[in-house]
Amino acid sequence: MSARFILPLAGLLGALLLWLAGSAWLAHGMPIAADFAPAPSADALWQLLGSGELWPHVLVSLKRVAVGLLLAIAIGVPLGVLTGLSRRFAQGTTPLFQFLRMVSPLSWMPLAVMVLGVGDAPVYFLLAFAAVWPILLNTASGVAQLDPNWLLLARSLSATRRETVLRVVLPGITAHILTGVRLAIGIIWIVLVPAEMLGVSAGLGYFILDTRDRLAYSELMAVIVLVGALGYALDHLARSAHARWLHR
Amino acid sequence: MNAVVPRSLLRPEPAAPAAPVSTLRARDLAYAYDGGRPVFSGVSLEVRPREIVCLLGGSGCGKSSLLRVLARLEAPASGDIHFLGEPLQAPHPRAALVFQQPGLLPWLDAAGNVGFGLDFEHQPRLARSERAARVEHALSAVGLAGHGHRYPAQLSGGMAQRVALARALAREPQLLFADEPFSALDAITRAEMQALLVELVHRWHTAALLVTHDIDEAILVADRILLMGGTPGRIVREWTVDIERPREAQPAAVTALRLDILNALQVLRAH
Ligand SMILES: Nc1ncnc2c1ncn2[C@@H]1O[C@H](COP(=O)(O)OP(=O)(O)OP(=O)(O)O)[C@@H](O)[C@H]1O
Ligand SMILES: [Mg+2]
Repeated sequence: MSARFILPLAGLLGALLLWLAGSAWLAHGMPIAADFAPAPSADALWQLLGSGELWPHVLVSLKRVAVGLLLAIAIGVPLGVLTGLSRRFAQGTTPLFQFLRMVSPLSWMPLAVMVLGVGDAPVYFLLAFAAVWPILLNTASGVAQLDPNWLLLARSLSATRRETVLRVVLPGITAHILTGVRLAIGIIWIVLVPAEMLGVSAGLGYFILDTRDRLAYSELMAVIVLVGALGYALDHLARSAHARWLHR
Repeated sequence: MNAVVPRSLLRPEPAAPAAPVSTLRARDLAYAYDGGRPVFSGVSLEVRPREIVCLLGGSGCGKSSLLRVLARLEAPASGDIHFLGEPLQAPHPRAALVFQQPGLLPWLDAAGNVGFGLDFEHQPRLARSERAARVEHALSAVGLAGHGHRYPAQLSGGMAQRVALARALAREPQLLFADEPFSALDAITRAEMQALLVELVHRWHTAALLVTHDIDEAILVADRILLMGGTPGRIVREWTVDIERPREAQPAAVTALRLDILNALQVLRAH
Protein backbone atom coordinates (compact mmCIF):
# COMPACT_ATOMS: atom_id res chain seq x y z
CA MET A 1 0.00 0.00 0.00
CA SER A 2 1.18 3.47 -0.76
CA ALA A 3 1.84 6.43 1.49
CA ARG A 4 -1.37 7.93 0.12
CA PHE A 5 -3.35 5.61 2.34
CA ILE A 6 -0.95 4.86 5.16
CA LEU A 7 -0.14 8.42 6.17
CA PRO A 8 -3.74 9.65 6.51
CA LEU A 9 -4.60 6.49 8.42
CA ALA A 10 -1.62 7.03 10.71
CA GLY A 11 -2.78 10.62 11.32
CA LEU A 12 -6.28 9.50 12.23
CA LEU A 13 -4.92 6.75 14.47
CA GLY A 14 -2.70 9.30 16.24
CA ALA A 15 -5.70 11.52 16.89
CA LEU A 16 -7.63 8.55 18.22
CA LEU A 17 -4.78 7.77 20.65
CA LEU A 18 -4.69 11.39 21.82
CA TRP A 19 -8.46 11.28 22.27
CA LEU A 20 -8.11 8.07 24.29
CA ALA A 21 -5.33 9.49 26.46
CA GLY A 22 -7.10 12.82 26.96
CA SER A 23 -10.39 11.31 28.03
CA ALA A 24 -8.63 8.87 30.37
CA TRP A 25 -6.72 11.71 31.96
CA LEU A 26 -9.92 13.78 32.31
CA ALA A 27 -11.83 10.81 33.74
CA HIS A 28 -9.14 10.50 36.40
CA GLY A 29 -10.39 13.56 38.24
CA MET A 30 -13.97 13.58 36.94
CA PRO A 31 -15.51 10.10 36.54
CA ILE A 32 -18.37 11.25 34.32
CA ALA A 33 -15.82 12.31 31.70
CA ALA A 34 -15.26 8.63 30.94
CA ASP A 35 -18.24 9.08 28.60
CA PHE A 36 -16.04 11.24 26.36
CA ALA A 37 -13.79 8.28 25.50
CA PRO A 38 -13.74 6.81 21.99
CA ALA A 39 -15.33 3.48 22.88
CA PRO A 40 -18.55 4.80 24.49
CA SER A 41 -18.75 7.46 21.76
CA ALA A 42 -18.54 4.85 19.01
CA ASP A 43 -21.15 2.87 20.83
CA ALA A 44 -23.42 5.91 21.03
CA LEU A 45 -22.92 6.70 17.36
CA TRP A 46 -23.82 3.16 16.43
CA GLN A 47 -27.00 3.33 18.48
CA LEU A 48 -28.00 6.80 17.31
CA LEU A 49 -27.64 5.80 13.69
CA GLY A 50 -29.22 2.39 14.23
CA SER A 51 -32.25 3.69 16.11
CA GLY A 52 -32.83 6.31 13.41
CA GLU A 53 -32.98 9.00 16.06
CA LEU A 54 -30.28 11.12 14.45
CA TRP A 55 -31.32 10.92 10.79
CA PRO A 56 -34.06 13.56 10.94
CA HIS A 57 -31.55 15.99 12.45
CA VAL A 58 -29.00 15.19 9.74
CA LEU A 59 -31.61 15.73 7.04
CA VAL A 60 -32.77 19.02 8.51
CA SER A 61 -29.18 20.24 8.68
CA LEU A 62 -28.43 19.14 5.11
CA LYS A 63 -31.56 20.88 3.90
CA ARG A 64 -30.42 24.08 5.60
CA VAL A 65 -27.01 23.73 3.98
CA ALA A 66 -28.63 23.28 0.58
CA VAL A 67 -30.97 26.27 0.96
CA GLY A 68 -28.23 28.49 2.38
CA LEU A 69 -25.89 27.50 -0.44
CA LEU A 70 -28.49 28.05 -3.15
CA LEU A 71 -29.28 31.49 -1.74
CA ALA A 72 -25.58 32.33 -1.61
CA ILE A 73 -25.13 31.21 -5.22
CA ALA A 74 -28.21 33.09 -6.39
CA ILE A 75 -26.89 36.29 -4.83
CA GLY A 76 -23.13 35.77 -5.11
CA VAL A 77 -22.83 34.79 -8.77
CA PRO A 78 -24.70 37.78 -10.27
CA LEU A 79 -22.95 40.19 -7.89
CA GLY A 80 -19.63 38.57 -8.73
CA VAL A 81 -20.26 38.86 -12.48
CA LEU A 82 -21.16 42.51 -12.00
CA THR A 83 -18.04 43.10 -9.91
CA GLY A 84 -15.89 41.40 -12.50
CA LEU A 85 -17.43 43.26 -15.43
CA SER A 86 -17.79 46.77 -14.07
CA ARG A 87 -14.83 48.52 -12.59
CA ARG A 88 -17.14 51.20 -11.19
CA PHE A 89 -19.35 48.68 -9.44
CA ALA A 90 -16.25 46.96 -8.06
CA GLN A 91 -14.82 50.24 -6.79
CA GLY A 92 -18.14 51.19 -5.24
CA THR A 93 -18.69 47.94 -3.42
CA THR A 94 -15.29 46.46 -2.55
CA PRO A 95 -14.78 48.30 0.77
CA LEU A 96 -18.33 47.46 1.83
CA PHE A 97 -17.94 43.80 0.92
CA GLN A 98 -14.58 43.52 2.64
CA PHE A 99 -16.10 45.12 5.73
CA LEU A 100 -19.14 42.84 5.82
CA ARG A 101 -17.01 39.79 5.12
CA MET A 102 -14.97 40.44 8.23
CA VAL A 103 -17.96 40.50 10.58
CA SER A 104 -18.62 37.02 11.91
CA PRO A 105 -22.00 36.05 10.48
CA LEU A 106 -23.05 34.82 13.92
CA SER A 107 -22.98 38.41 15.12
CA TRP A 108 -26.11 38.99 13.06
CA MET A 109 -27.95 36.23 14.86
CA PRO A 110 -29.89 38.41 17.36
CA LEU A 111 -30.81 40.84 14.62
CA ALA A 112 -31.78 38.02 12.26
CA VAL A 113 -34.06 36.45 14.86
CA MET A 114 -35.65 39.82 15.59
CA VAL A 115 -36.35 40.52 11.94
CA LEU A 116 -37.06 37.04 10.60
CA GLY A 117 -38.51 35.43 13.72
CA VAL A 118 -37.51 32.07 15.15
CA GLY A 119 -37.33 29.04 12.91
CA ASP A 120 -35.49 28.24 9.71
CA ALA A 121 -35.45 31.72 8.18
CA PRO A 122 -32.72 33.27 10.34
CA VAL A 123 -30.58 30.14 9.90
CA TYR A 124 -30.90 30.38 6.11
CA PHE A 125 -29.99 34.03 6.35
CA LEU A 126 -26.90 33.39 8.45
CA LEU A 127 -25.70 30.55 6.25
CA ALA A 128 -26.24 32.49 3.03
CA PHE A 129 -24.61 35.56 4.52
CA ALA A 130 -21.55 33.55 5.53
CA ALA A 131 -21.29 31.73 2.21
CA VAL A 132 -21.92 34.53 -0.25
CA TRP A 133 -18.44 36.07 0.00
CA PRO A 134 -16.25 33.29 -1.33
CA ILE A 135 -18.74 32.75 -4.16
CA LEU A 136 -18.87 36.44 -5.01
CA LEU A 137 -15.12 36.94 -4.91
CA ASN A 138 -14.31 33.81 -6.89
CA THR A 139 -16.92 34.63 -9.52
CA ALA A 140 -15.49 38.12 -9.88
CA SER A 141 -11.96 36.85 -10.27
CA GLY A 142 -13.22 34.23 -12.74
CA VAL A 143 -14.71 36.98 -14.89
CA ALA A 144 -11.53 39.04 -14.63
CA GLN A 145 -9.43 36.02 -15.64
CA LEU A 146 -11.56 34.94 -18.59
CA ASP A 147 -9.17 33.97 -21.37
CA PRO A 148 -9.19 36.88 -23.87
CA ASN A 149 -8.65 34.28 -26.59
CA TRP A 150 -12.09 32.82 -25.87
CA LEU A 151 -13.72 36.22 -26.24
CA LEU A 152 -11.78 36.82 -29.44
CA LEU A 153 -12.95 33.44 -30.71
CA ALA A 154 -16.55 34.34 -29.91
CA ARG A 155 -16.11 37.60 -31.76
CA SER A 156 -14.59 35.90 -34.80
CA LEU A 157 -17.73 33.73 -34.93
CA SER A 158 -19.92 36.85 -34.80
CA ALA A 159 -21.42 35.45 -31.60
CA THR A 160 -24.38 37.39 -30.26
CA ARG A 161 -24.17 38.76 -26.73
CA ARG A 162 -26.41 35.94 -25.52
CA GLU A 163 -24.25 33.32 -27.18
CA THR A 164 -21.12 34.84 -25.70
CA VAL A 165 -22.53 34.80 -22.17
CA LEU A 166 -24.10 31.34 -22.38
CA ARG A 167 -21.40 29.53 -24.33
CA VAL A 168 -18.21 31.28 -23.25
CA VAL A 169 -18.55 33.47 -20.14
CA LEU A 170 -20.67 31.23 -17.91
CA PRO A 171 -18.89 27.96 -18.69
CA GLY A 172 -15.62 29.88 -18.55
CA ILE A 173 -16.19 31.01 -14.97
CA THR A 174 -17.80 27.79 -13.77
CA ALA A 175 -14.50 26.42 -12.43
CA HIS A 176 -14.09 29.58 -10.34
CA ILE A 177 -17.69 29.42 -9.16
CA LEU A 178 -17.14 25.81 -8.13
CA THR A 179 -14.05 26.84 -6.16
CA GLY A 180 -16.18 29.45 -4.44
CA VAL A 181 -18.90 26.89 -3.77
CA ARG A 182 -16.39 24.54 -2.23
CA LEU A 183 -15.11 27.22 0.12
CA ALA A 184 -18.71 28.23 0.84
CA ILE A 185 -19.66 24.69 1.79
CA GLY A 186 -16.77 24.62 4.25
CA ILE A 187 -17.89 27.89 5.82
CA ILE A 188 -21.56 26.92 5.87
CA TRP A 189 -20.82 23.66 7.58
CA ILE A 190 -18.83 25.45 10.26
CA VAL A 191 -21.43 28.17 10.82
CA LEU A 192 -24.31 25.69 10.72
CA VAL A 193 -23.79 24.14 14.15
CA PRO A 194 -23.76 27.39 16.17
CA ALA A 195 -26.51 28.83 13.96
CA GLU A 196 -28.71 25.88 14.91
CA MET A 197 -28.22 26.49 18.60
CA LEU A 198 -30.82 29.22 18.82
CA GLY A 199 -34.52 29.21 18.09
CA VAL A 200 -34.73 25.87 16.29
CA SER A 201 -35.81 22.43 17.49
CA ALA A 202 -33.97 20.17 15.08
CA GLY A 203 -30.61 19.87 13.38
CA LEU A 204 -27.15 18.77 14.39
CA GLY A 205 -26.41 22.01 16.29
CA TYR A 206 -29.65 21.65 18.20
CA PHE A 207 -28.84 18.02 18.93
CA ILE A 208 -25.43 18.91 20.35
CA LEU A 209 -26.98 21.37 22.80
CA ASP A 210 -29.61 18.79 23.63
CA THR A 211 -26.98 16.12 24.50
CA ARG A 212 -25.32 18.66 26.77
CA ASP A 213 -28.59 19.31 28.58
CA ARG A 214 -29.17 15.56 28.93
CA LEU A 215 -25.55 15.06 30.12
CA ALA A 216 -25.28 12.49 27.29
CA TYR A 217 -21.59 13.14 26.69
CA SER A 218 -20.88 10.06 24.62
CA GLU A 219 -23.68 11.14 22.28
CA LEU A 220 -22.14 14.62 22.16
CA MET A 221 -18.85 13.15 21.01
CA ALA A 222 -20.67 10.87 18.58
CA VAL A 223 -22.35 13.85 16.91
CA ILE A 224 -19.07 15.76 16.74
CA VAL A 225 -17.51 12.84 14.89
CA LEU A 226 -20.51 12.66 12.59
CA VAL A 227 -20.38 16.41 11.86
CA GLY A 228 -16.73 16.08 10.92
CA ALA A 229 -17.36 13.06 8.71
CA LEU A 230 -20.30 14.69 6.90
CA GLY A 231 -18.32 17.87 6.37
CA TYR A 232 -15.47 15.84 4.94
CA ALA A 233 -17.86 14.08 2.59
CA LEU A 234 -19.42 17.37 1.44
CA ASP A 235 -16.02 18.87 0.75
CA HIS A 236 -15.02 15.77 -1.17
CA LEU A 237 -18.17 16.05 -3.28
CA ALA A 238 -17.48 19.69 -4.07
CA ARG A 239 -13.88 18.95 -4.90
CA SER A 240 -14.70 16.12 -7.26
CA ALA A 241 -17.35 18.27 -9.00
CA HIS A 242 -14.60 20.84 -9.58
CA ALA A 243 -12.16 18.25 -10.90
CA ARG A 244 -14.81 16.69 -13.13
CA TRP A 245 -15.65 20.02 -14.71
CA LEU A 246 -12.01 20.66 -15.55
CA HIS A 247 -11.38 17.04 -16.54
CA ARG A 248 -8.22 16.93 -14.51
CA MET B 1 -37.54 51.09 -48.43
CA ASN B 2 -37.91 48.50 -51.17
CA ALA B 3 -41.65 48.89 -51.11
CA VAL B 4 -41.51 52.40 -52.58
CA VAL B 5 -39.17 51.48 -55.42
CA PRO B 6 -41.17 51.04 -58.64
CA ARG B 7 -41.12 47.44 -59.72
CA SER B 8 -39.66 48.28 -63.10
CA LEU B 9 -36.50 49.58 -61.44
CA LEU B 10 -35.77 46.31 -59.66
CA ARG B 11 -33.50 44.39 -61.98
CA PRO B 12 -31.42 41.39 -61.24
CA GLU B 13 -27.83 42.31 -60.45
CA PRO B 14 -25.37 41.65 -63.26
CA ALA B 15 -23.69 38.29 -62.78
CA ALA B 16 -20.45 38.52 -60.82
CA PRO B 17 -17.39 38.28 -63.07
CA ALA B 18 -16.32 34.65 -63.21
CA ALA B 19 -12.70 35.82 -63.52
CA PRO B 20 -10.26 34.95 -60.70
CA VAL B 21 -11.74 36.99 -57.87
CA SER B 22 -9.30 37.53 -55.06
CA THR B 23 -10.07 35.93 -51.72
CA LEU B 24 -9.13 39.02 -49.78
CA ARG B 25 -8.39 42.47 -51.11
CA ALA B 26 -7.64 45.42 -48.84
CA ARG B 27 -7.11 48.96 -50.06
CA ASP B 28 -5.41 51.80 -48.27
CA LEU B 29 -6.16 50.55 -44.77
CA ALA B 30 -5.32 52.60 -41.70
CA TYR B 31 -5.96 51.86 -38.06
CA ALA B 32 -5.35 53.43 -34.66
CA TYR B 33 -6.28 52.22 -31.20
CA ASP B 34 -8.63 54.78 -29.76
CA GLY B 35 -6.89 58.02 -29.03
CA GLY B 36 -3.51 56.71 -30.17
CA ARG B 37 -1.26 57.32 -33.12
CA PRO B 38 -1.93 55.26 -36.25
CA VAL B 39 -0.54 51.74 -35.91
CA PHE B 40 -0.47 51.31 -39.68
CA SER B 41 -1.65 53.30 -42.66
CA GLY B 42 -1.75 53.05 -46.43
CA VAL B 43 -1.77 49.24 -46.35
CA SER B 44 -3.03 47.56 -49.51
CA LEU B 45 -2.73 43.86 -50.06
CA GLU B 46 -4.33 40.92 -51.75
CA VAL B 47 -4.64 37.23 -50.98
CA ARG B 48 -5.58 35.07 -53.96
CA PRO B 49 -7.40 31.76 -53.80
CA ARG B 50 -5.25 28.90 -52.45
CA GLU B 51 -2.33 31.19 -51.81
CA ILE B 52 -0.25 31.33 -48.64
CA VAL B 53 0.78 34.88 -47.85
CA CYS B 54 3.14 35.56 -44.96
CA LEU B 55 3.09 38.90 -43.24
CA LEU B 56 6.59 39.28 -41.88
CA GLY B 57 7.82 42.02 -39.58
CA GLY B 58 9.53 42.88 -36.33
CA SER B 59 7.84 42.93 -32.96
CA GLY B 60 5.36 45.75 -32.51
CA CYS B 61 5.21 46.80 -36.16
CA GLY B 62 1.46 46.21 -36.21
CA LYS B 63 1.11 42.75 -37.78
CA SER B 64 -1.44 41.48 -35.28
CA SER B 65 -3.41 44.71 -35.48
CA LEU B 66 -3.47 44.47 -39.27
CA LEU B 67 -4.60 40.85 -39.13
CA ARG B 68 -7.42 41.73 -36.75
CA VAL B 69 -8.56 44.53 -39.01
CA LEU B 70 -8.35 42.30 -42.10
CA ALA B 71 -10.48 39.69 -40.33
CA ARG B 72 -12.81 42.55 -39.40
CA LEU B 73 -12.47 41.92 -35.68
CA GLU B 74 -11.77 45.65 -35.62
CA ALA B 75 -13.05 48.29 -37.98
CA PRO B 76 -10.40 50.12 -40.02
CA ALA B 77 -10.11 53.89 -39.52
CA SER B 78 -10.07 54.23 -43.29
CA GLY B 79 -9.78 52.07 -46.37
CA ASP B 80 -11.86 49.12 -47.44
CA ILE B 81 -11.72 45.33 -47.37
CA HIS B 82 -13.32 42.94 -49.83
CA PHE B 83 -13.71 39.26 -49.06
CA LEU B 84 -14.66 37.02 -51.99
CA GLY B 85 -15.56 40.15 -53.87
CA GLU B 86 -17.95 41.50 -51.23
CA PRO B 87 -17.26 44.38 -48.87
CA LEU B 88 -16.43 42.94 -45.45
CA GLN B 89 -18.33 44.54 -42.58
CA ALA B 90 -18.11 41.80 -39.94
CA PRO B 91 -16.13 38.59 -39.39
CA HIS B 92 -17.00 36.30 -42.30
CA PRO B 93 -18.27 32.73 -41.78
CA ARG B 94 -15.84 31.50 -44.44
CA ALA B 95 -12.81 33.06 -42.73
CA ALA B 96 -11.30 31.33 -39.72
CA LEU B 97 -8.68 32.41 -37.21
CA VAL B 98 -5.84 30.66 -35.40
CA PHE B 99 -3.81 32.43 -32.75
CA GLN B 100 -0.56 31.93 -30.92
CA GLN B 101 -2.43 30.37 -28.00
CA PRO B 102 -4.76 27.53 -28.96
CA GLY B 103 -7.52 29.10 -26.85
CA LEU B 104 -9.34 25.80 -26.43
CA LEU B 105 -12.34 25.69 -24.14
CA PRO B 106 -11.32 23.40 -21.28
CA TRP B 107 -14.88 22.26 -20.54
CA LEU B 108 -15.27 20.77 -24.03
CA ASP B 109 -13.41 17.76 -25.37
CA ALA B 110 -11.37 18.01 -28.55
CA ALA B 111 -14.34 17.13 -30.76
CA GLY B 112 -16.47 19.68 -28.91
CA ASN B 113 -13.83 22.31 -29.46
CA VAL B 114 -13.54 21.50 -33.15
CA GLY B 115 -17.30 21.75 -33.55
CA PHE B 116 -17.56 24.85 -31.39
CA GLY B 117 -17.55 27.26 -34.33
CA LEU B 118 -20.27 25.39 -36.19
CA ASP B 119 -23.39 26.20 -34.27
CA PHE B 120 -23.63 29.92 -33.83
CA GLU B 121 -26.50 32.04 -35.05
CA HIS B 122 -24.39 33.84 -37.64
CA GLN B 123 -22.87 30.67 -39.03
CA PRO B 124 -24.53 28.56 -41.71
CA ARG B 125 -26.78 25.95 -40.10
CA LEU B 126 -25.62 22.37 -40.40
CA ALA B 127 -27.49 19.10 -40.08
CA ARG B 128 -26.28 16.91 -37.22
CA SER B 129 -24.71 14.34 -39.47
CA GLU B 130 -22.98 17.01 -41.53
CA ARG B 131 -21.65 18.61 -38.35
CA ALA B 132 -20.31 15.30 -37.03
CA ALA B 133 -18.72 14.52 -40.39
CA ARG B 134 -16.98 17.87 -40.49
CA VAL B 135 -15.59 17.42 -36.98
CA GLU B 136 -14.32 13.93 -37.81
CA HIS B 137 -12.81 15.08 -41.06
CA ALA B 138 -11.07 18.08 -39.49
CA LEU B 139 -9.70 16.01 -36.60
CA SER B 140 -8.26 13.40 -38.92
CA ALA B 141 -6.84 16.10 -41.20
CA VAL B 142 -4.67 17.35 -38.34
CA GLY B 143 -3.70 13.81 -37.39
CA LEU B 144 -5.93 13.53 -34.34
CA ALA B 145 -8.45 10.96 -35.56
CA GLY B 146 -9.69 9.03 -32.54
CA HIS B 147 -8.59 11.69 -30.06
CA GLY B 148 -11.88 13.60 -30.12
CA HIS B 149 -12.83 12.54 -26.60
CA ARG B 150 -9.66 13.98 -25.04
CA TYR B 151 -9.88 17.17 -23.03
CA PRO B 152 -7.56 20.17 -23.44
CA ALA B 153 -5.97 19.55 -20.04
CA GLN B 154 -4.84 16.19 -21.39
CA LEU B 155 -3.26 17.51 -24.60
CA SER B 156 0.31 18.59 -25.29
CA GLY B 157 0.90 22.10 -26.63
CA GLY B 158 1.36 20.78 -30.15
CA MET B 159 -1.79 18.68 -30.00
CA ALA B 160 -3.77 21.61 -28.62
CA GLN B 161 -2.65 23.78 -31.53
CA ARG B 162 -3.67 21.00 -33.91
CA VAL B 163 -7.13 21.04 -32.36
CA ALA B 164 -7.23 24.82 -32.82
CA LEU B 165 -6.30 24.31 -36.47
CA ALA B 166 -9.00 21.66 -36.83
CA ARG B 167 -11.51 24.05 -35.27
CA ALA B 168 -10.68 26.53 -38.02
CA LEU B 169 -10.78 23.89 -40.78
CA ALA B 170 -14.14 22.52 -39.65
CA ARG B 171 -15.69 25.77 -40.84
CA GLU B 172 -14.35 25.02 -44.32
CA PRO B 173 -12.77 28.43 -44.61
CA GLN B 174 -11.82 30.12 -47.84
CA LEU B 175 -9.19 31.97 -45.87
CA LEU B 176 -7.27 31.03 -42.77
CA PHE B 177 -5.95 33.92 -40.71
CA ALA B 178 -3.12 32.79 -38.46
CA ASP B 179 -1.24 35.01 -36.01
CA GLU B 180 2.08 33.41 -35.06
CA PRO B 181 0.30 30.11 -34.62
CA PHE B 182 3.43 28.07 -33.99
CA SER B 183 5.67 30.47 -32.09
CA ALA B 184 4.79 28.97 -28.70
CA LEU B 185 5.84 25.49 -29.84
CA ASP B 186 9.23 23.79 -29.63
CA ALA B 187 11.33 23.76 -32.80
CA ILE B 188 10.56 20.16 -33.76
CA THR B 189 6.82 20.48 -33.28
CA ARG B 190 6.91 23.82 -35.08
CA ALA B 191 8.53 22.28 -38.16
CA GLU B 192 5.87 19.55 -38.19
CA MET B 193 3.10 22.08 -37.89
CA GLN B 194 4.50 24.26 -40.68
CA ALA B 195 4.52 21.27 -43.02
CA LEU B 196 1.02 20.35 -41.88
CA LEU B 197 -0.24 23.87 -42.57
CA VAL B 198 1.11 23.85 -46.12
CA GLU B 199 -0.36 20.42 -46.76
CA LEU B 200 -3.75 21.42 -45.35
CA VAL B 201 -3.94 24.65 -47.32
CA HIS B 202 -3.29 22.69 -50.49
CA ARG B 203 -5.64 19.82 -49.70
CA TRP B 204 -8.51 21.96 -48.40
CA HIS B 205 -8.29 24.51 -51.22
CA THR B 206 -8.14 27.39 -48.83
CA ALA B 207 -5.91 30.44 -48.75
CA ALA B 208 -3.91 31.52 -45.72
CA LEU B 209 -2.60 34.76 -44.33
CA LEU B 210 0.08 33.92 -41.81
CA VAL B 211 1.61 36.49 -39.49
CA THR B 212 5.10 35.65 -38.35
CA HIS B 213 8.32 37.26 -37.21
CA ASP B 214 10.29 34.17 -38.14
CA ILE B 215 12.05 34.70 -41.49
CA ASP B 216 12.68 30.98 -41.96
CA GLU B 217 9.07 30.15 -41.31
CA ALA B 218 7.99 32.67 -43.92
CA ILE B 219 10.45 31.27 -46.48
CA LEU B 220 9.44 27.66 -45.84
CA VAL B 221 5.71 28.24 -45.92
CA ALA B 222 4.84 31.25 -48.10
CA ASP B 223 3.93 31.65 -51.72
CA ARG B 224 4.34 35.35 -51.18
CA ILE B 225 6.03 37.31 -48.38
CA LEU B 226 4.97 40.81 -47.39
CA LEU B 227 7.47 42.68 -45.26
CA MET B 228 5.89 45.11 -42.84
CA GLY B 229 7.75 47.92 -41.09
CA GLY B 230 8.02 51.60 -40.30
CA THR B 231 5.93 53.84 -38.06
CA PRO B 232 3.11 53.87 -38.79
CA GLY B 233 3.43 50.38 -40.22
CA ARG B 234 3.11 49.76 -43.93
CA ILE B 235 4.11 47.09 -46.39
CA VAL B 236 7.61 47.94 -47.50
CA ARG B 237 8.48 45.02 -49.77
CA GLU B 238 7.07 41.94 -51.34
CA TRP B 239 8.65 38.71 -52.54
CA THR B 240 7.08 35.99 -54.60
CA VAL B 241 8.60 32.75 -53.39
CA ASP B 242 8.82 30.27 -56.23
CA ILE B 243 11.19 27.84 -54.59
CA GLU B 244 10.15 24.27 -55.22
CA ARG B 245 8.74 22.32 -52.24
CA PRO B 246 9.94 20.79 -50.02
CA ARG B 247 12.04 23.88 -49.60
CA GLU B 248 14.29 22.27 -46.99
CA ALA B 249 15.81 20.52 -50.01
CA GLN B 250 16.72 23.83 -51.72
CA PRO B 251 19.27 25.35 -49.33
CA ALA B 252 20.87 27.66 -51.89
CA ALA B 253 17.63 29.34 -52.94
CA VAL B 254 16.45 29.56 -49.34
CA THR B 255 19.70 31.17 -48.21
CA ALA B 256 19.63 33.67 -51.06
CA LEU B 257 16.09 34.74 -50.18
CA ARG B 258 16.93 34.97 -46.51
CA LEU B 259 19.87 37.26 -47.28
CA ASP B 260 17.66 39.39 -49.46
CA ILE B 261 15.11 39.74 -46.66
CA LEU B 262 17.81 40.51 -44.09
CA ASN B 263 19.13 43.20 -46.40
CA ALA B 264 15.71 44.72 -46.76
CA LEU B 265 15.42 44.78 -42.96
CA GLN B 266 18.79 46.50 -42.76
CA VAL B 267 17.65 49.19 -45.18
CA LEU B 268 14.42 49.57 -43.22
CA ARG B 269 16.35 50.08 -39.99
CA ALA B 270 18.64 52.67 -41.60
CA HIS B 271 15.66 54.89 -42.44
N1 LIG C 1 -5.09 46.86 -27.40
C1 LIG C 1 -4.18 47.81 -27.71
N2 LIG C 1 -4.37 49.09 -27.31
C2 LIG C 1 -3.47 50.06 -27.63
N3 LIG C 1 -2.36 49.84 -28.33
C3 LIG C 1 -2.09 48.60 -28.77
C4 LIG C 1 -3.00 47.52 -28.49
N4 LIG C 1 -2.50 46.39 -29.04
C5 LIG C 1 -1.34 46.76 -29.64
N5 LIG C 1 -1.10 48.09 -29.48
C6 LIG C 1 0.05 48.82 -30.04
O1 LIG C 1 0.00 48.75 -31.45
C7 LIG C 1 1.28 48.52 -31.98
C8 LIG C 1 1.28 47.29 -32.84
O2 LIG C 1 0.99 46.16 -32.07
P1 LIG C 1 0.77 44.73 -32.70
O3 LIG C 1 0.42 43.80 -31.61
O4 LIG C 1 -0.16 44.84 -33.83
O5 LIG C 1 2.23 44.41 -33.25
P2 LIG C 1 2.85 43.04 -33.75
O6 LIG C 1 3.58 43.33 -35.00
O7 LIG C 1 1.80 41.99 -33.81
O8 LIG C 1 3.88 42.71 -32.62
P3 LIG C 1 4.35 41.26 -32.07
O9 LIG C 1 5.29 40.71 -33.09
O10 LIG C 1 5.05 41.59 -30.80
O11 LIG C 1 3.14 40.43 -31.89
C9 LIG C 1 2.23 48.42 -30.79
O12 LIG C 1 2.90 49.65 -30.66
C10 LIG C 1 1.35 48.17 -29.62
O13 LIG C 1 1.88 48.81 -28.48
MG1 LIG D 1 1.47 40.15 -32.76
